[in-house]
Amino acid sequence: MARRTFSIGGIHPDDAKLSRNAAIEAIPLPSAVYISLAQHIGAPAKAVVAPGDKVKAGQVIAEPGGFVSAFIHSSVSGTVKSVGVCKDLSGKAAPCVEITVEGDEWVEGVDLTPDLVTDIPADGKAILEKIRLGGVVGLGGATFPTHVKLSPPPGKTCEMLIINGCECEPYLTSDERTMLEKGEQVVVGTALLSHVLGDPHAVIAVEDNKPEAIAHLRGIVERLRPLGGPYAGIEVRSLMKKYPEGGEKQLIDAVMGRQVKSGQLPIDAGAVVQNICTALAVYEAVQKNKPLVENSVTVTGKGAARQANLLVRVGTPLRHVIDCAGGLPDSIAKVVSGGPMMGKAVVNLDAPTLKGTGGLLLLTEAETRRGAEGSCIRCGKCADACPMGLEPFLLNRLARADRNDELEAASVQDCIQCGCCLYTCPANIPLLDIIAVAKARVLGIIKARAAAK
Amino acid sequence: MDKLIVSPSPHLHSSCSTKGLMRDVLIALAPAVAVSIVFYGWRALLVLGVSVASCVLLEYLIVKYLLRKSTTVGDLSAAVTGVLLALNLPVTTPWWVVFLGALFAVGVAKMTFGGLGQNVFNPAIAGRVFLLISFPSYMTHWEAPQGLFGVDAVSGATPLGAIKEGLMQGASVPDLMAQHGWTYGQMLFSNIGGSAGEACAIAILLGFLYLVVRRVIKPWITLSILATVALVSLLFWGIDPARFTDPLFNLLTGGLLLGACFMATDYVTSPMSTAGGVVYGIGIGFITLMIRYFGSYPEGMSFAILIMNAAVPLLNIWFHQKKFGRA
Repeated sequence: MARRTFSIGGIHPDDAKLSRNAAIEAIPLPSAVYISLAQHIGAPAKAVVAPGDKVKAGQVIAEPGGFVSAFIHSSVSGTVKSVGVCKDLSGKAAPCVEITVEGDEWVEGVDLTPDLVTDIPADGKAILEKIRLGGVVGLGGATFPTHVKLSPPPGKTCEMLIINGCECEPYLTSDERTMLEKGEQVVVGTALLSHVLGDPHAVIAVEDNKPEAIAHLRGIVERLRPLGGPYAGIEVRSLMKKYPEGGEKQLIDAVMGRQVKSGQLPIDAGAVVQNICTALAVYEAVQKNKPLVENSVTVTGKGAARQANLLVRVGTPLRHVIDCAGGLPDSIAKVVSGGPMMGKAVVNLDAPTLKGTGGLLLLTEAETRRGAEGSCIRCGKCADACPMGLEPFLLNRLARADRNDELEAASVQDCIQCGCCLYTCPANIPLLDIIAVAKARVLGIIKARAAAK
Repeated sequence: MDKLIVSPSPHLHSSCSTKGLMRDVLIALAPAVAVSIVFYGWRALLVLGVSVASCVLLEYLIVKYLLRKSTTVGDLSAAVTGVLLALNLPVTTPWWVVFLGALFAVGVAKMTFGGLGQNVFNPAIAGRVFLLISFPSYMTHWEAPQGLFGVDAVSGATPLGAIKEGLMQGASVPDLMAQHGWTYGQMLFSNIGGSAGEACAIAILLGFLYLVVRRVIKPWITLSILATVALVSLLFWGIDPARFTDPLFNLLTGGLLLGACFMATDYVTSPMSTAGGVVYGIGIGFITLMIRYFGSYPEGMSFAILIMNAAVPLLNIWFHQKKFGRA
């Protein structure tokens, strides 16, 4: 009997998948897009266009600024208006290319037909290069350049590829809709990823609150299995719903029964994890020559005008996306980019979407208001909830006392900032707020110590 | 400009609150309270009323006039202390003694340490032990249950007290059991004398079950106490049944169940980790029996809990949760 979930902690918030039945719809193009050059982990990309240049959708507008970096393409056709900075959703300045939209013309070679291409190129290196040229980054939230993750350091091999279809964040449904509507592409993408890694066993892991997606993917996998090669090694695994199952370390634990050691990477445990939407982006980049210029964004919330899953070009202002889902009702007091557990509160609605934007959650004040902070009653619920086996109550006390040595001994640097502790705390103590600051401080100390050696 | 709330994640909170947890404890105590009123009548109600009112009022006054902070009685923890203290007292306790117990519980054991979450000792137990030492005559004047409409109360010794006294006079345990005519059925459903809350084992277990099902507490501390008491008394009883009482008798008499289910499991004064909790429970069970068997007091639960309360900071240093990805 295979394991069904991760072994330590976790919580069961109401999954509130209000938008699960809303099919993905392409939205009208905005009048201008603002494409950030810093929308992946690593060095920002360097612009290769200048104001006044005519660009087409799918055309490279910025090149990688380092090894850990990614190509950036224009998501629309039109004229480059400026190459400068724009404010991101936190209100911080980010390098950005502004393009005025004119028509919708794509660069040559991009296959926009819906025809499924199942042939896997024999040369894994060629696939990898196409992924790199397609500007594909991890769409599960971290936006780590995919080609880097697919290039294990010498001496390390991937024993299992895990495709993350957990979508354990409440409310978000863009992954679920993608599995239902682009299931074939996801499975071919999985085969492509698997082939790059040397055809290891591939597991598409989906939480059991999405039974239709599981059944749908299983059917496709069975249909494509006779094609052989990487297709023969794909399996769809149903996992028990529990947050944060989609966390990389938790998912590896749930699927493989292995705990990635502190300070190590998934590949050290023989695993590579990629998101469902990344698999789709890989399919499009490799099989259709279509770079990553659009993604599906859930717009949802109990107070939202309507529940929607929208296909959005990268760089579209958030305000335009929300307007396409019926606008922002007056009762909405907070807009979150991402899910309610780890998403970021939006400061600036004129900020553009990024490759990794998966959802916009609209919350009313009553839903999101935190209760007054009380005294810790030492109930231990935070420690029970922590999926990393940490003791948030202890970290909180140590952090408030600035006891960095003890914080490090208590493994504050292992915190994945999933928010389970704060979500659970009956006294509304801002555990994660305080621990996150302490973690950054301790990581700085660890880095400085390593540099001094 | 849009007016949006901006704050760090997570953006939602579970419905779990301190007040909700305390409300659950009060609900879990309801069966024991109801049974005490049925068995002992209006005097149980009087003790309960004085105890709860005193605890809540004292915390209110201390927080408002001594600490000058905003009131905390809304979290219901003072009410829980009040109910637990009342259930730990004989119903014949005069109202002013109950008040003094509440003053010690809330005023000394809880608020001088900084209030909810900061106290080392369980306030209700501290209050009870304070009264036991200060007013032994009131605290050992037990009354056999007479029912809600009973007129004449019969006072006598509790089973534990009677056994202790009988043993000192040279009688053997089986003789004393036969002499008093106690049965386990009586102990389980309708008690034979003791504090208000010790009247009915089933009522206490019902409350405990509620707390476990609602995930307010984990069962390990309670189970570890009960298992320790059962195993250790089985050992002694096996060696000499004339001198030592049997496991079932020990489990069903005195404040053991009430203490194991409601007092030892107090969040604030018990260890944070499950492993620490099990060790804490073993300590409570062992110390209780040692006092019952060899001490001069007939009952040892309160002392055992207080002693192990003091060990909790150490247990929290020794026992931690297993971390992810670390040996």
